[in-house]
Amino acid sequence: MKILVAVKRVIDYNVQIRVKEDNSGIVTDNVKMSTNPPDDNAIEEAVRIKESGKAKEIVAITIGEDKAQETVRKALAVGADRGIHVKTEGIVEPLAVSKILKAIVEKEKPDLVFMGKQAIDDDCNQTGQMLAALLNWPQATFASKIEVKDKSLEVTREVDEGLETIEVKIPAIVTCDLRLNEPRYASLPNIMKAKKKPLDQMSATDLGVDTKPRIEQIKVEEPPKRKAGIKVANVAELVNKLKNEAKVI
Amino acid sequence: MSVLLIAEHSNKELKPFTLNVINAATKIDEDVHVLIMGHNSDPVAKSLSEVSGVKKVIHVDNLIYENYVAENYVPVILKYADKYSHIVSAANTFGKNLMPRVAAKLDISQVSDIIKVISSDTFLRPIYAGNAFATVKSNDPKKCVTVRPTSFEPAPSSGGSAEIEKGDTGEEYSSTKFVKKEEIKSDRPELGTARIVISGGRGLQSGDNFKLITAVADKLNAAIGASRAAVDAGYITNDHQVGQTGKVVVPDLYIAVGISGAIQHLAGMKESKVIVAINKDGEAPIFSIADYGLEADLFEALPQFLEELNKLNTIQK
Ligand SMILES: Cc1cc2nc3c(=O)[nH]c(=O)nc-3n(C[C@H](O)[C@H](O)[C@H](O)COP(=O)(O)OP(=O)(O)OC[C@H]3O[C@@H](n4cnc5c(N)ncnc54)[C@H](O)[C@@H]3O)c2cc1C
Ligand SMILES: Nc1ncnc2c1ncn2[C@@H]1O[C@H](COP(=O)(O)O)[C@@H](O)[C@H]1O
Repeated sequence: MKILVAVKRVIDYNVQIRVKEDNSGIVTDNVKMSTNPPDDNAIEEAVRIKESGKAKEIVAITIGEDKAQETVRKALAVGADRGIHVKTEGIVEPLAVSKILKAIVEKEKPDLVFMGKQAIDDDCNQTGQMLAALLNWPQATFASKIEVKDKSLEVTREVDEGLETIEVKIPAIVTCDLRLNEPRYASLPNIMKAKKKPLDQMSATDLGVDTKPRIEQIKVEEPPKRKAGIKVANVAELVNKLKNEAKVI
Repeated sequence: MSVLLIAEHSNKELKPFTLNVINAATKIDEDVHVLIMGHNSDPVAKSLSEVSGVKKVIHVDNLIYENYVAENYVPVILKYADKYSHIVSAANTFGKNLMPRVAAKLDISQVSDIIKVISSDTFLRPIYAGNAFATVKSNDPKKCVTVRPTSFEPAPSSGGSAEIEKGDTGEEYSSTKFVKKEEIKSDRPELGTARIVISGGRGLQSGDNFKLITAVADKLNAAIGASRAAVDAGYITNDHQVGQTGKVVVPDLYIAVGISGAIQHLAGMKESKVIVAINKDGEAPIFSIADYGLEADLFEALPQFLEELNKLNTIQK
């Protein structure tokens, strides 16, 4: 079995982001970037399936500017075998990302595509479902447990009501939740080895995909700030305030 | 222009958030039609027809729609899509799973999780865990939109009298099979719609200690929330998680207990009307957004809190 894993380079989740003064977007210069957190879970799961002997090859793919390559290298350092970097400029919407991924799937013919459930920059939560639609493959979204069976997967999904289990036939798309597994760290020797693993580069045009945004970002603003509150001395004062000042109890 | 809204329901009842999404849809266009797909779901179709603002209900009933398998829902939606300028659903796990599959089939770039309708093609949406708001304009001929339900009031559930049109069952998708749902039932108010929410974090130290939270929740008729760390540690189930990758809540009162206030948690609760933080670390970031902060050990503060609340009630009586 062959697994394709999509990894996105985003601003690190620990960074307090800043809005550009001209309201055209978010400041990214000199900001720490990392792999989108659930994409680490996606890679980890693929590596575990390979370690269990159920998969032969893992291909990591990213779509983005030059530096997005680092994200693929990191995936190679924790166990992916091969990397693909599709070079693009500017914002590439989930629809365009899914079209690029579809073109890659048609070339690579993986049995499974693993991705994160949501990119923590755009918070779109779309790409996996879109790719599944374009390929007409089943989609197992928000996965917190994956069991590989003979020609199918049993996937536990985190939904608003609790947990749901579905069975999807392979080939399938899975989008991963952070609770799926505990991603490993790359060891230094493996980081060195990853530098020698193959990484193919191509452009969206090579794949015949138009990445022009359909959605215009008119402006990006800071959300309204909450005004600072007060500290209360004890529980009695808290209850008093809630009852007589805020009038919420 | 008219809007096709995809209803979320349990086959017996409408999910309350559908009402919030209906209200949001009426801000896009007056002509709101609701598509309900379910099994033995007549009562839902009927209650939808009574919702104020709904102009028409399209009801498709078949066993294959008993559970939310997006792969089965999509062909029906596509059949109706032609006649509508907008396709809308809730930005919860139901709509998040479904809508992108619709959008991609229609070659539309979806607008996710809107918190305001500025015009029929322009919307406000949070990005970066709500640390920025983007105003976005969709240039696609048709729009696929998911709506953050807590950012809109619910439409009144009565006052409407829409016709109910029966629709045909679509093609069944054979490669995805629903197996089971472990739904956690409780008599407490739902997290998303509760007036008061009390949430526990890693500071609770164990699942057992959550009984301190439960006791206060019972007293206040509050829903129970949690941080991701508390869910990850197994103190409580995932349906309680509040935050960027959990649920968004906007109660009148949110009480965060033993929660540090990471931006990913704030993303799910910072619009709450009144925020209380109980934390023993005076520097915890949660205090910077709390209206009332109590720097205390939760193991002492929660029993005292319950005691004070009990006193209040005796006063009220
Ligand atoms: C991509 C991504 C998505 C995420 N999504 C979410 C999300 O949706 N929701 C979410 O909540 N988190 C989310 N997180 C995790 C988030 O970053 C934090 O790790 C998490 O919110 C921390 O939970 P916590 O506040 O319970 O734990 P901690 O940060 O460990 O805080 C525990 C707090 O309890 C206090 N405390 C300890 N003992 C006591 C005591 N006896 N009395 C009083 N106070 C006490 C401590 O002072 C501390 O402030 C996400 C992270 C990532 C990377
Ligand atoms: N530019 C990209 N490159 C690689 N993978 C991506 C890219 N954008 C999105 N993805 C994948 O799609 C998932 C969901 O992203 P989104 O739909 O933007 O929330 C991510 O977790 C990634 O796995």
